[in-house]
Amino acid sequence: MNPVIELAGVTQTFVSSDGTPVTALQNVDLGLRKHEFVSVIGPSGCGKSTILRLIAGLLRPSGGQVSIYGLPVTEPRDEIGMVFQKPTLLPWLSVLDNITFPMKHKYGRVDARDAERARELLEMIGLADFGHKRPHELSGGMQQRVAIARSLLHDPDILLMDEPFSALDALTRDEMSFELLRIWNERPKTVVFVTHSIQEALLLSDRIVVMSARPGRVSEIIEVPLARPRTLETLSNPLFNQLANDIRVKVFSRRPE
Amino acid sequence: MKALLNRYISLIAFLVVLIAWEGACRLLEIPQYVLPAPSVIAAAIGDVGLGRWLEHTLATLSVALVGFAVAIGLALPLAIGIVSSPLLARLLMPWLVVIQSTPIVAIAPIIVVTLGAGVLPRVVITTLIAFFPIVVSTATGLASVPPELVELSRSLRASRRREYWQIRMPFAIPYIFSALKVAITLAIVGAVVAEFVAAERGLGYLILFTTSSFKVPVAFGALAILVSCSLVLYGLIVWLHRRLFPWSLGLDR
Ligand SMILES: Nc1ncnc2c1ncn2[C@@H]1O[C@H](COP(=O)(O)OP(=O)(O)O)[C@@H](O)[C@H]1O
Ligand SMILES: [Mg+2]
Repeated sequence: MNPVIELAGVTQTFVSSDGTPVTALQNVDLGLRKHEFVSVIGPSGCGKSTILRLIAGLLRPSGGQVSIYGLPVTEPRDEIGMVFQKPTLLPWLSVLDNITFPMKHKYGRVDARDAERARELLEMIGLADFGHKRPHELSGGMQQRVAIARSLLHDPDILLMDEPFSALDALTRDEMSFELLRIWNERPKTVVFVTHSIQEALLLSDRIVVMSARPGRVSEIIEVPLARPRTLETLSNPLFNQLANDIRVKVFSRRPE
Repeated sequence: MKALLNRYISLIAFLVVLIAWEGACRLLEIPQYVLPAPSVIAAAIGDVGLGRWLEHTLATLSVALVGFAVAIGLALPLAIGIVSSPLLARLLMPWLVVIQSTPIVAIAPIIVVTLGAGVLPRVVITTLIAFFPIVVSTATGLASVPPELVELSRSLRASRRREYWQIRMPFAIPYIFSALKVAITLAIVGAVVAEFVAAERGLGYLILFTTSSFKVPVAFGALAILVSCSLVLYGLIVWLHRRLFPWSLGLDR
């Protein structure tokens, strides 16, 4: 089957503020199958966010090619949803208006169908009663759920998530992971999920891309042999801890220090 | 009692200063043309009469407010230009810095000579003094938007107009209002400075005119009215901010 997202020999260089070139990514090859959940893990500055921005079409690669459905990415595309580390909701809009904001922003209006869908999403993330609240009245976890709902409004085929749970406390994080799995089950999508947490990556993913820094490259791609659906039991499965340890060794052995 | 004290502490302090001032003037027999007592100033205000006060106050206020409005009208598009285009920023910034570094008070007479006597040079002087903080603050606000939101906008391929209107401008609101509070006070300063140079009406003119004929209590009266105008306009902006953009109050910095 043809990959949904494909990076072929992608290299990305930036000019840093002092004028010297920085190689953020070097020769990255990566293919994602349809409805696959892939996590990207690696040290800070290894180019994880850059990969997401390349797939999103926010950045053109310095070398190589990024394709979606076999077509080179030349600009942002409609079938992509994005979630960031911080919820980045708009403080002057209600929760519902935040969820429909992409429509308002793109087309200048929100039609009845979008509003209806926003209410469904709100229900799905368990915040049905919070639609008319302002973001600051919600906890960090709730805000991030709203941000996820916002990214799902146009029912994207591809979801790009950049450390979406890293600002949350440990308990909320686990809860959000299961919630994300539930959403992904209900409406399958191809997901690229950047994280710092090996546990999170294991719990969520079909495959884990381990990256190394300076220059950023893919050092390993690991298939996760854990059965789905993943539940609380998955976390206590001895295999889970075994895998977590293996990956930790791999991630650390790649560190130059 | 304590709560009451907390609430009215500044008013109480103000009254204490007034009483001390009054007492000092009487006890030390300070001449009127050096420092008139509050009671003398109040009497002088009464002597001048409401009609004339209104005339002078309106003259100053209208110049200050028109200059303020023009300053906003210039500053907002300038700020948007600076933030949206590095080329425009490089083109405009040196000019803005030059204008800001020029003591407007010093070039006020030149402006009057160039533009003639009348309302125009006064408005120009006021605008020149008031608009710089609005440009800087608005530009800072427009640029303070979280980069993720700009990426969200780009990923939706939204127009730049919507990016500014629906994301950047609202984010800049607290910055803009902070600047407006400074600018409205500067606008009053600008109007008074302009009247010092050339005017036949206005509170600045009145201060200049009365001090030159040693009617110092009237000058102090004019000063008191100027300060009151400044405070009221400042309060009006705070009120407008609260009224129109309550969500942005916590974001103020
Ligand atoms: N717009 C940019 N300009 C200059 N350097 C950049 C830019 N974006 C990223 N970089 C650099 O590229 C490298 C990778 O960044 P990033 O993808 O954000 O890493 P990660 O998300 O893995 O922490 C870093 O060294 C970063 O400083
Ligand atoms: Mg990152």
